[in-house]
Amino acid sequence: MNYFYEKVMGGKSGLTGFIILAVVILVAFPLFLDIFRLNLVGKYLTYAFPAVSLVLLWGYGGILSLGQGVFFGLGGYAMAMFLKLEASSPENTAIQSTPGIPDFMDWNQLTELPWFWVPFESFTFTLLAVIIVPAIFAYIIGAAMFKRRVGGVYFAIITQVIAVILTVLIVGQQGYIGGINGITDLRTLHGWDITTDNAKVIFYYICCLLLLSIVIVGRLILTSKFGSLLLAMRDKEDRVRFSGYDVSHFKIFIFCVASIFSAIGGALFTLQVGFMSPSFVGIVPSIEMVIFCAVGGRMSLIGAIYGALLINFGKTAFSETFPQLWLFLMGGLFIAVVMFFPNGLAGIWNTYGHYITDRLKQLKTVFVMKPSPQEAKQDLG
Amino acid sequence: MGGYTYSELGAIFAMQGFAGISLFSVLLLMALGLAIIFGQMGVINMAHGEFMAVGAYTTYFISTITENYLPSLMPIYFFIAIAVSFLFAGLLGYLAEFSLIRHLYKRPLDTLLATWGLSLIMQQSFRSFFGAREVSPTLPDWLLGSYQPTEMIDIPINGMFVLGLTIIVTLVVFYLLFKSSWGLKVRATTQNRVMSGAVGINTQKVDRYTFALGCGIAGIAGAAFTTIASTGPTTGSLYIVDTFMVVVFGGAASLFGTIASAFSIAQAQSILEFFISGSMAKVYTLLALIIILMFKPEGLFASKVRR
Amino acid sequence: MKLKQHASKRTFMKNAACAVVLGLFTMASSQVTAEVNTTGLAVTDDTVTVGILHSLTGTMAISETGAQEAEKLAIKQINEMGGILGRKIKIIQEDGASDWPTFAEKSRKLLVKDKVAAVFGCWTSASRKAALPVFEKENGLLYYPTFYEGLEQSKNVIYTGQEATQQIIDGLNWVAKEKKAKTFYLIGSDYIWPRTSMKIARKHIENVLGGKVVGEEYKPLGNTQFGSVINKIRLKKPDVIYAAVVGGSNVAWFKQLKAAGITSKKQTLLTISVTEDEVLGIGGENLEGFYSIMKYFQSQDNPNNKAFVKAFKEMWGEDSVIGDVTQAAYLGPWLWKAAVEKAGSFDIDKVVAASEKGDIELTTAPEGYVKLHPNHHLWSKARVGRWNKDGQATVVYTSELIEPDPFPKGYQ
Repeated sequence: MNYFYEKVMGGKSGLTGFIILAVVILVAFPLFLDIFRLNLVGKYLTYAFPAVSLVLLWGYGGILSLGQGVFFGLGGYAMAMFLKLEASSPENTAIQSTPGIPDFMDWNQLTELPWFWVPFESFTFTLLAVIIVPAIFAYIIGAAMFKRRVGGVYFAIITQVIAVILTVLIVGQQGYIGGINGITDLRTLHGWDITTDNAKVIFYYICCLLLLSIVIVGRLILTSKFGSLLLAMRDKEDRVRFSGYDVSHFKIFIFCVASIFSAIGGALFTLQVGFMSPSFVGIVPSIEMVIFCAVGGRMSLIGAIYGALLINFGKTAFSETFPQLWLFLMGGLFIAVVMFFPNGLAGIWNTYGHYITDRLKQLKTVFVMKPSPQEAKQDLG
Repeated sequence: MGGYTYSELGAIFAMQGFAGISLFSVLLLMALGLAIIFGQMGVINMAHGEFMAVGAYTTYFISTITENYLPSLMPIYFFIAIAVSFLFAGLLGYLAEFSLIRHLYKRPLDTLLATWGLSLIMQQSFRSFFGAREVSPTLPDWLLGSYQPTEMIDIPINGMFVLGLTIIVTLVVFYLLFKSSWGLKVRATTQNRVMSGAVGINTQKVDRYTFALGCGIAGIAGAAFTTIASTGPTTGSLYIVDTFMVVVFGGAASLFGTIASAFSIAQAQSILEFFISGSMAKVYTLLALIIILMFKPEGLFASKVRR
Repeated sequence: MKLKQHASKRTFMKNAACAVVLGLFTMASSQVTAEVNTTGLAVTDDTVTVGILHSLTGTMAISETGAQEAEKLAIKQINEMGGILGRKIKIIQEDGASDWPTFAEKSRKLLVKDKVAAVFGCWTSASRKAALPVFEKENGLLYYPTFYEGLEQSKNVIYTGQEATQQIIDGLNWVAKEKKAKTFYLIGSDYIWPRTSMKIARKHIENVLGGKVVGEEYKPLGNTQFGSVINKIRLKKPDVIYAAVVGGSNVAWFKQLKAAGITSKKQTLLTISVTEDEVLGIGGENLEGFYSIMKYFQSQDNPNNKAFVKAFKEMWGEDSVIGDVTQAAYLGPWLWKAAVEKAGSFDIDKVVAASEKGDIELTTAPEGYVKLHPNHHLWSKARVGRWNKDGQATVVYTSELIEPDPFPKGYQ
């Protein structure tokens, strides 16, 4: 228990951060936001999954993937395929030339369900696929790249090219996976209407709980010996290699973990928003995920979540009032974060946050007349 | 191939061959600037497409001015436009290097993000200055239409123009890099920055001019592409994908790699397009690319520097 | 402090007085709000709120600008005529940002938060497909302006553009008759609308016209290289090239056709994806002599259209051009007005019921006369226009009024 407290929760400050986050998303948001805004926040939180995955991969591992959208998309599409099959029962699709297959297949003259759709009739398989398919895909990419010591900028570009290729594939294969429209009009899960307010609240809580769990998993990874090696590898890869470790295995492992995190986010996205489209797979969403992470703080699992929330709030608010300014602001933010605040919000908090906490403590000493020990601890946050 | 005479087939063969070469020249011209910057400085310029758009908009701007004020110069304005596009995009590149990139040389991944931010700002600036609609400059008459060596063969003049321009730019780049004293400094800096500094090369200056040259070439590419497509605020992001493909497939630090890669991608795509209908041609090309990259992730011509 | 109180008291008095006067006035001129709005829409005694949802940013902003301008013009004109049921129309505009999920999100906002009585918006099929479940779930009403692939009929959507058969069949008949065309080459961008349109075109060419499709080709969206395709077309020597290339690709396609020496002198080309808006980017000189099939051209010579073009240019500038979709978007608010007045209510269900009676017609439509079919689409005419160098088209053929048929038998 003590180990758990010190290592995983990161001691006092880490635990405080975690509890604040939990209170904000589990209590404050549902209390103060109406169902429409809450559903929006739920959507934003699904983007926090890839952002958190990038903290592990990029912040600690030094591997920048510009293709997290690929995994987000794989997870999302797996879930969407299951829901679409359920929505395309022969009764619902009676007006088609071939009832019982998804509508876009019918429009593209397909007369039977393609083989790779068949297993998605099972919900268990779908849940497994959300995790396993992206992991296998990440393993193949990772094994090919890291074994050959491809890294850095070059790896970033290759992941981006993969994102493009997947987008072109999806858009080009509209008979099989819905093309540019994506897979739309998803209504029920085992007969339960997922478009109701009730369902949205339930998905919101599921999303929050899973997000908090992956933060804990992330901390477990980072506080283990593997976490230290990851950092060492980022800073001096050769030395780790010369110490007798096979660096590529670590990289492949962390890449797979990151891909699974992103995919879970994608699956939750499909459930909350009710459709999936190739516009979450390509370059732009993938880079946006990096900016969520960078703004929140690339070294902070919790910061990344705030980053995702903040940027998306900003996007919605600005696009409602000054759509023209949004791109300028977003571009400026990219540059500012990279040039001046490489550790993002979390970095700002760590640098300036103690002014606030000190002030609070002073207040406390004034009112309670009991000095508290000054702690200056770098948190894993 | 029933029903066709040999001369007809010959004509198609010739024109299809030219289509492939034309695509090759387009891809090469796009990728050249990026390859120089990436190969020599290890920096990925995500705003490369936007620098191309700068060239394209400059050309549009100059064409509008010429058309309204100096109509007699219409036949030759395009050459002026290319030169101005080069200078203007190069100048912007110079400024970007000075204000942004040079602070980030130790952090190449961050450069990638910062230049992405730059690209967003540039896109919105295009939209604010020129509007959201696509624009195309009025081309001089001699650039339109086709050249007919025989009755059946039509070779697009704009395609030949882009091809010629690509050859000239490539030759100049090779001359600059491998024959000029500036090129010597660039290569020295690439191989060993500290030593180059020690022997008196101003490495900062070298970086700045390399970056400006890369952006300037992007500007030329942008100007040239106004002959085959239109220009809009988001045009740059259309080009950037193909550009990355070429550079990655060619291998990072090799100009020969870039040329070879542009050639093979262009030929594969244009031949496939001829025989397979639909957008599958692109998909097959891309899939082949990915599979080759799986086995040869460093690209066709790997850099000789050990990582 | 005191002053402020005083002021607020005075404004209160003023408001009260206004309210009384207005109340009397509205009583006299229109029905009580409780009667015309039983479902809690944003309707007050003197206003009714509607939403406009188009992309102001992103790649689609180019195309969608005209549509939202036309909708605003129509609403302005309706307000100048006294509004609907004595209520002025207020607009809430949202940006779809060329991003389909954003369309769904903003639709939900307009319906749930703003309680708008109708939404005029969406452009691409993808954005409509994304927003559609929201409209069905929240029981909203969408007026959708774009010519589209058909295969859809929702209770909550009124389609003011033409579905695929209305655009395609008459155009093909015309080209077969006028140009004695027997062989066709089909080329389009790779997504649902061109593919569905080509499917219908192929069936019609093969089964009805007795012609032959010698090639069918789809290029990825945003593709700018047509060299190989053009060579293939040259090899096949079709009588007609039938094109549905969209967006930026369109410009590359026509520029490269011209560069390859394929001009209207040698080749008949019929397109279903070029309006005046696109010509602005392509350049009239690259299109000269080619044909478009649309239901509306800016050059149409009738009093309705002349007044419309004049009003549009007054509001949005002398340089603005008006394409087919812009005109269809202009019809939306007028059709809604007619249906609301017929229903005597803003309630969505009543407005839909009134629309489904099949007798809502506009005699003042710029394209001429249109009538709303019970299947939520418009009866309209197909027109073939030949493009001139100045970017305007000359109408060379006008069909009879065509019945909309979103699920055409024999074409699926």
